[in-house]
Amino acid sequence: MRPGRYLRAMAALLFGAIGVPAHAATIQITIDNLVFAPAEVSAKVGDTIEWINKDVLAHTATARNGDFDVTTPPKKTVTSVLKKAGSVEYYCRYHPNMKAVLTIAP
Amino acid sequence: MFVRLSAAIAALSILGSPALAQGAKPTDPQIAHIAYTAGVIDIAAAKQAIEKAGNKDVKSFAQDMVRDHEAVNKQALDLVKKLKVTPEDNDTSKTLSKQASEKLTELAKLKGADYDKAYVANEVAYHKAVNGALETQLIPSASNAELKSLLQTGLKIFQGHQQHAEQVAAKLK
Repeated sequence: MRPGRYLRAMAALLFGAIGVPAHAATIQITIDNLVFAPAEVSAKVGDTIEWINKDVLAHTATARNGDFDVTTPPKKTVTSVLKKAGSVEYYCRYHPNMKAVLTIAP
Repeated sequence: MFVRLSAAIAALSILGSPALAQGAKPTDPQIAHIAYTAGVIDIAAAKQAIEKAGNKDVKSFAQDMVRDHEAVNKQALDLVKKLKVTPEDNDTSKTLSKQASEKLTELAKLKGADYDKAYVANEVAYHKAVNGALETQLIPSASNAELKSLLQTGLKIFQGHQQHAEQVAAKLK
């Protein structure tokens, strides 16, 4: 393989094929004693959120703007993939005093 | 229509009344009994609502109440077992139960939207009263740290229920 080709191949690997998220990450948000932690999280479109519910109660993570609505059964972990960018306030529909913010970059 | 406060709520205010204020703060076995009874009362009201409610938000709110209060009461039972505490019946629990059953009978006579509104209004008022009793009497009186912490979690849950009930009530108007 000639050096030029090697560089182009490297560039393709580094910058990625169009449409594939460059660094899709998995981010954990824990629900414990009726608190979302961390309360403020930054993520990117394509990232996966692992919602870890440690309570004996069912909860939801419901976006105020309607972008997502995840139900987390008691003592279960649920995953969801972020599809839309934005600074999203979310809450639990069953316990609306539980609130947090997810900032999703494009 | 102004829905009058349920008698059970009046019973909770006994906690702040001279009956208990005269140096007779509730003991842990009594607190456990009162907290458990308050949960049982809300479950009974919710089961009636699941049968009778016409509005789908009201019905699903009632299902949430059954699920949450059963989960909390199970934790309470597990805790008293662990602590080897026997919940002790007392005048507050007795009055609560008696008056809650009168409220159930009263609600049973209502139908349709009238029932839905009365049930949700009572849920708002009832949770408010329970939260007030937890904050001012039960939590400060509890001596066991684990019981206190369970009551504090209960308060957070029931504050959530109160807000949820208020949202459902607002949508019914």
